[in-house]
Amino acid sequence: MDLARYHRLRSAYYRLEGQRCTSCQAVQFPARTTCRICRARTLEPHRLSGRGTVYSHAEVGPAPRGFASPYLVALVQLEEGLLLTAQLTDVDPEDVMIGLPVEMVTRRIQEHGAQGYLVYGYKFRPILPRRKAS
Amino acid sequence: MRDAFIVGVGQTPVGEHWDRGLRELGAEAVRAALDDAGFETAGALYVGNMLGGCVNGQENVATLVADAAGLLPVEALKIEAACASGGAAVRAAALAVAAGACDVAVAAGVEKMTDGAPDGIIAGLATAADQDYEASHGMSFVALSALLMRRYMHETGAPREAFAPFAVVAHANAATNGNAMFREPISAEQFGRSALVASPIGIFDAAPVCDGAAAVVVCSQEALRAHHKPVRIAAASVATDTIALAARSDVLTLSAAAVSAQKAYAAAGRGPKDMDLFEAHDAFTIITALSLEACGFAKRGEALRLAAEGCIAPGGCIPISTFGGLKARGHPVGASGAYQIVEAALQLRGEGGENQVKGARRALAQSVGGHGSVAVTHILEA
Repeated sequence: MDLARYHRLRSAYYRLEGQRCTSCQAVQFPARTTCRICRARTLEPHRLSGRGTVYSHAEVGPAPRGFASPYLVALVQLEEGLLLTAQLTDVDPEDVMIGLPVEMVTRRIQEHGAQGYLVYGYKFRPILPRRKAS
Repeated sequence: MRDAFIVGVGQTPVGEHWDRGLRELGAEAVRAALDDAGFETAGALYVGNMLGGCVNGQENVATLVADAAGLLPVEALKIEAACASGGAAVRAAALAVAAGACDVAVAAGVEKMTDGAPDGIIAGLATAADQDYEASHGMSFVALSALLMRRYMHETGAPREAFAPFAVVAHANAATNGNAMFREPISAEQFGRSALVASPIGIFDAAPVCDGAAAVVVCSQEALRAHHKPVRIAAASVATDTIALAARSDVLTLSAAAVSAQKAYAAAGRGPKDMDLFEAHDAFTIITALSLEACGFAKRGEALRLAAEGCIAPGGCIPISTFGGLKARGHPVGASGAYQIVEAALQLRGEGGENQVKGARRALAQSVGGHGSVAVTHILEA
């Protein structure tokens, strides 16, 4: 991924920032000029929850240039209702199923960009049990 | 708008053409179509092509083909709509004739995939997806289909094996098509045993990487000649949907395919029941199922039942992929839409040979790009 493009995508990749429509309250990702539901232009930046469930999943066999297979990809349905495409991480393929609760984590997405840097962004992993605050 | 008619068809065999590139393949199909029509040249040439830039390092493909086919200084433009490029080129030619811009236009589709390294082709195909939010996350075209197929299986309760009829019918039809890439019939058992590419997608779910070119000559009523067997383009329509799968309100509804089909039915004054055959975009068995549903041949989630009942086979209520489809004739991506139109026209001319659908008078052809982000639908009439 070219450096300028990576820079341009930073709020989406690092913070899952999409938009909320102040007319109909719909949430969308990625950002557009109009609301995908009511077509209003009254949109404000909105950070998505990063929590959801696996809506569908697949294991990538032959990988596109820049990626080393095998790895898992999924459509994740966020708590807000919308879907997101991402890789799954920190999970065995046989443990993945539709409905599995997952959360966003920031991980390396591409081994090397064209100029040798690393591209980081969101992936999803099974929700870890939380430790009780001491 | 004037009527537009298909009066010439041409195609190269689909396969691995190690001795021929974009220019040779494209020119051969264009010349064959013009010869079939009995025309020496045309007023315009529209060439569908998807991967010329990223796999072959060749843009300006329409000029390349016009030059190689001896059509200079013809108006020539490349039309790109991912895997629907060939269908979109036919739509462009039909528009040019219908609008009166020219009396004779040629639409071609050409793709030369086998020159690329496998990872380059996988990356090239993924350029039809959303680069920022799909491809850049390692999503391959096959993986996106796998996401659709697994969700479809989840919602309908269907096993993987229920998709077998699409591949079995396509291979059976290709066996008698001299231009098809795979001419070996397969059984449902072979489908079930096939190796997985991206689970649940197996090799028999997916169309092959290959080369090929197809072309049609489109002309006005005034340009028709006595020897022509004109096939009228009763409708040609395009619709779009979100480029990313995830952004759709229902990922299992190909709404671009549905909208373009509805527009085509309305323009032709016809409905699904009036169609004698359906050249479907069977790049993956799941896309065939979703296309059948989008075009009104089955309700949501019921395409597999249609297939199980033999409806899609020759002699069934809606025969599909009558010369093998993308699955078995082959899927040179930017050319496939043009192959569909060539094959549908042959059917309506009664020149389908062993693949002839008896009494075919009307055909639906639908070319789908980018997992349903763009769809081109044609209705042809004898």
